[in-house]
Amino acid sequence: MQHYMLTIHQPQGETPSPEVLEPIMRDLEAVNEELRAAGAWVFAGGMHQPSTYTVLRPKDDEVITTDGPYAEGKEFIGGFTVIKAPDLDAALEWGRKFARAITLPVEVRPMQYGSCG
Amino acid sequence: MTSGSPEVSAAEIERVFREERGRAVAVLVRLLGDIDLAEEAVQDAFAEAVQRWPSAGLPPSPAGWIITTARNRSIDRLRREASRKDRYAQAALLHAHDDAPSEEGPVCDDRLRLIFTCCHPALAPHSRVALTLRLLGGLTTAEIAHAFLVPESTMAQRLVRAKGKIRDARIPYRVPDESDLPDRLRGVLSVVYLIFNEGYAASSGDRLVREDLCAEAIRLGRLLAELMPDEPEVLGLLALMLLTESRRAARTTPDGALVRLADQDRERWDRALIAEGQEIVRACLRRDRPGPYQIQAAINAVHSDAATAAATDWSQILRLYDHLYALTPTPIVALNRAVAVAEVEGPEAALSRVDALASDLDRHHLFHAVRADLLRRLGRSAEAVMAYEAALDRTQNAAERDFLRRRRADLDSARESDPRNGDARTT
Repeated sequence: MQHYMLTIHQPQGETPSPEVLEPIMRDLEAVNEELRAAGAWVFAGGMHQPSTYTVLRPKDDEVITTDGPYAEGKEFIGGFTVIKAPDLDAALEWGRKFARAITLPVEVRPMQYGSCG
Repeated sequence: MTSGSPEVSAAEIERVFREERGRAVAVLVRLLGDIDLAEEAVQDAFAEAVQRWPSAGLPPSPAGWIITTARNRSIDRLRREASRKDRYAQAALLHAHDDAPSEEGPVCDDRLRLIFTCCHPALAPHSRVALTLRLLGGLTTAEIAHAFLVPESTMAQRLVRAKGKIRDARIPYRVPDESDLPDRLRGVLSVVYLIFNEGYAASSGDRLVREDLCAEAIRLGRLLAELMPDEPEVLGLLALMLLTESRRAARTTPDGALVRLADQDRERWDRALIAEGQEIVRACLRRDRPGPYQIQAAINAVHSDAATAAATDWSQILRLYDHLYALTPTPIVALNRAVAVAEVEGPEAALSRVDALASDLDRHHLFHAVRADLLRRLGRSAEAVMAYEAALDRTQNAAERDFLRRRRADLDSARESDPRNGDARTT
């Protein structure tokens, strides 16, 4: 089994209204349920807006703390899910379900190593 | 090519390897699970063949010999380099297949799996083309780089990156499930057609390698048709390529100038390719599951049917374009359809359709070339000259440019001898 991280790419700005968000969250939960039932779910998390990020930068013997995010962009990683899948096609199939549920782009990244599972 | 006959030439060995390389690499990829190792193994087998075949003669089954030798050489290589644990694992994997040497059946050919792997949508489109040519066509990195006009180092890097992605992201080595097949097959067919077009739209670069690309695309098309005989679009693409290829000799003058379809010497068309292409088109019609490649093949079949350009059944071609446009409503299809409209309804009707495409196709030289031709036929010479110039501005293809310049010059000399051009119509 290979681990893949599915990242959700979210535009910066206002959170959509509850009427928009509610059905999306319902669809997302259904995909998560399906993942767990299939034994493919490993770990998942959602992110706050980049305005809340802090960057730590090593410099000489110190580590400098600054206001984040590290990279400015119109989109940021709004959340991620780590899954187990036998190959890329299987991982892409889960990715498609996420993209449809969340209505945002999803990037599927194979993980080089990991300690889960 | 009788078995065991001595005196096999180097060229003959090259030819056998060119033909059998795809199959051998595909089988070795399945056995080894690693594309690079598979390529190395087949290369080792080739080196051994060059040593042995000239004196020993061709083996009874060259393909079998290549696969067996490549497999044995990869076992040797893995043993030699077995300092790393994973190489042991691969050696063990090879031995697990010891009792199944004759697994290559027609039902799930390894080459088919390899084509779908090379054309996986997760790979960049140019990488799909390069990998397919490298692994199934057996072209060298230098040849592929040359054909696509990029430096060899760039092409080498693309191939390394693509193979790395197949390995690290675990792009599976298999034919997709029935439900995914139509979608994935479209990608495979477009790669083969892209290879063909790259060869067909020759002119710059080394002509030889580019003709080679057409031959390679047709070979891949035949392979797909053999492996997937029930997919009508696979047959449609093969027929389209055969019918297009049949006109190659007539398409240029000896000095390389472009000859329009209407002006081609039809005696120089390849009758055998036409017969084969038309037979496939008829078989597709009987199945009645039309798709874009089949319709384009049918349009080419109608052209091939006409003994002279004047005898072309344009109303049938127009009906086929209507059908094609319904399936793929792109501006380019609309432009081609307008050419048929000009033949059936006249240039006036066609011109209004072409003008409507201006915002979509202004950057395409063909849009302006078609427009120029229609304006010329309507006697609007000054506008035609301007349209030829617009077309010239938009193509770097030497043969196309020569052709457009000649057309423009013809028009200029006609205008000088025509008193009507003195008055209006210069916009």
